Amino acid sequence: MSKVLRGHAHVYGDNIDTDRIIPGKYTKTLDAQSLAEHVLEDLDPEFRSRMRPGDFVVAGNNFGCGSSREQAPLALQTAGVSAVIARYFARIFFRNAINIGLPVLEIPEHDIAQGDELEADLADGKVYNHTTGKVYQAKPLPEVMLRILQAGGLVNYLREHKTF
Amino acid sequence: MRGMTTVEKILFQKTGQRVRPGDIVIAPVDGLMATDTTAPGAIRAFEKMGGRHVWAPERCAFVIDHAAPAPNERIANLHRFMREFARQQGIRLFEIGEGICHQVMVEQGYVRPGYLFTGADSHTPTYGALNAFACGVGSTDLAAVMLTGKIWLKTPATLRIRCHGQLRPEASAKDLILYLTGKVGISGATYMSVEFEGEAFETMSLASRLCVANMTAEMGAKTGFVHPRGLKLPYFFEPIEPDPDAEYVQTIEVDIGELPPQVAAPESPDNVYPIDRYIGTPVHYGFIGTCGNGRLEDLQVAARILRGKRLPKGVRLVVAPASRSVLLDAMLDGTAHALVEAGATLITPGCGPCVGSHEGVPADGETVISAANRNFRGRMGNPRAQIFLASPATVAASVLAGHITLPPPGDQ
Ligand code: SF4
Repeated sequence: MSKVLRGHAHVYGDNIDTDRIIPGKYTKTLDAQSLAEHVLEDLDPEFRSRMRPGDFVVAGNNFGCGSSREQAPLALQTAGVSAVIARYFARIFFRNAINIGLPVLEIPEHDIAQGDELEADLADGKVYNHTTGKVYQAKPLPEVMLRILQAGGLVNYLREHKTF
Repeated sequence: MRGMTTVEKILFQKTGQRVRPGDIVIAPVDGLMATDTTAPGAIRAFEKMGGRHVWAPERCAFVIDHAAPAPNERIANLHRFMREFARQQGIRLFEIGEGICHQVMVEQGYVRPGYLFTGADSHTPTYGALNAFACGVGSTDLAAVMLTGKIWLKTPATLRIRCHGQLRPEASAKDLILYLTGKVGISGATYMSVEFEGEAFETMSLASRLCVANMTAEMGAKTGFVHPRGLKLPYFFEPIEPDPDAEYVQTIEVDIGELPPQVAAPESPDNVYPIDRYIGTPVHYGFIGTCGNGRLEDLQVAARILRGKRLPKGVRLVVAPASRSVLLDAMLDGTAHALVEAGATLITPGCGPCVGSHEGVPADGETVISAANRNFRGRMGNPRAQIFLASPATVAASVLAGHITLPPPGDQ
């Protein structure tokens, strides 16, 4: 996959749980658009009006902790977020994001600030911060996850391969 | 060769491979479960994958528990979607009122010792109380299991927590796991398996063990195990114990003999303190239920505290039994009667107000004392309410007093 993503950073702190990404009261739906309308609303009510398609959500430790709701990465993806960058992710969120084809980049040390202009190259996991000139290297994904992400998600992967 | 932890042993039994932490395996699964939050998405993904027939329908279960009975037409239609798919595929669907997925799976024998089980719910590690390797997944992962009967897994490293001593009578399994969650932290066991051992667990009821394993999800763990010594189940099983020379990333040793009742203060389940710090905090609303503490022994403890008393004005208590069978038992032995007579509202067995999807949403500025396992902001449906987590005994005593208080001695 030679995909290059470009956008601005929306920066949040540690332990952003899935109830804050998309509250449980909105999750019982198959309509992804209705999820996107409420994404991050308790944490950052301005997010929806401020963000532009292709932007990045950037966080500290343990992004996506809490429930197993796949609605969390789906809400971000449908809202137009191109990728999530964090120091590290909660495990179910991480799997879910890859499974639906939302790139997640683990950068153990970063100092990306609100509004920074970023470019991520998914082929080599490099993230360029054009505002500061810094370059970060994301941790490589395990082989099986890479294959799933390259297929565009687990649905496509299994439609093609039928099994693991 | 070094010994194996419990999780490594189960993976070895499933795949024939001696795995080490970090190794990726593709393993056959013994069963799966999804709820009304996750099943609809899993069905969609399954169909998009080209799936026609689910692998082993008799090993699959759907549970309508998160918003049950349906509060509006949108959710009613999702429930119907689940029912139709389950009927076509021959999957057992547990209806509204049958209980919370994690309680129903245990009661109905869907999960057994030694199983590798996947549940589309983050509290799936609850079954670690049964000596099963159970991990929570999202809808698309679950769809893949429905299609293939397999899952890819990264072998987790194991964190061992050894508890020394016995709990005092005023401290319960919930106080212990709250304390340990505070100690490990909300991400302290991310990607790991947690193993609990120590004499205190050996005499614990199954309900208490389930309560302990349940909250490993709040440590970020992939799965958790309560050592099976002393575990009693209504059928024969071969316990799986870790080898004496198994390797752990870390062993945490704790003395629990003096542990006082604990609370998790807003807004995180690891924000845990001895109850002293919050005694006197006014509460408006108590909740007893969930896959953590909605079992018969939990309701009985509350009933012992509330029997013959009345909730004060301005304070309410909602009780959601973990399953229909828990409700029936509570009706038979007078527990339900005592709670309702004291002013509690008994609601449908299921998740109840835990996740804010339907009934029992707190108002702005209210303080909830809850026997649930999560208190993130907005968790119960209102980001302007605050939630304290505690044992059922502390919840019952606190609603009776109108403020956070210690449960009476000997009432856990
Ligand atoms: S009771 Fe609460 S924590 Fe347990 S499965 Fe239901 S919503 Fe999740």
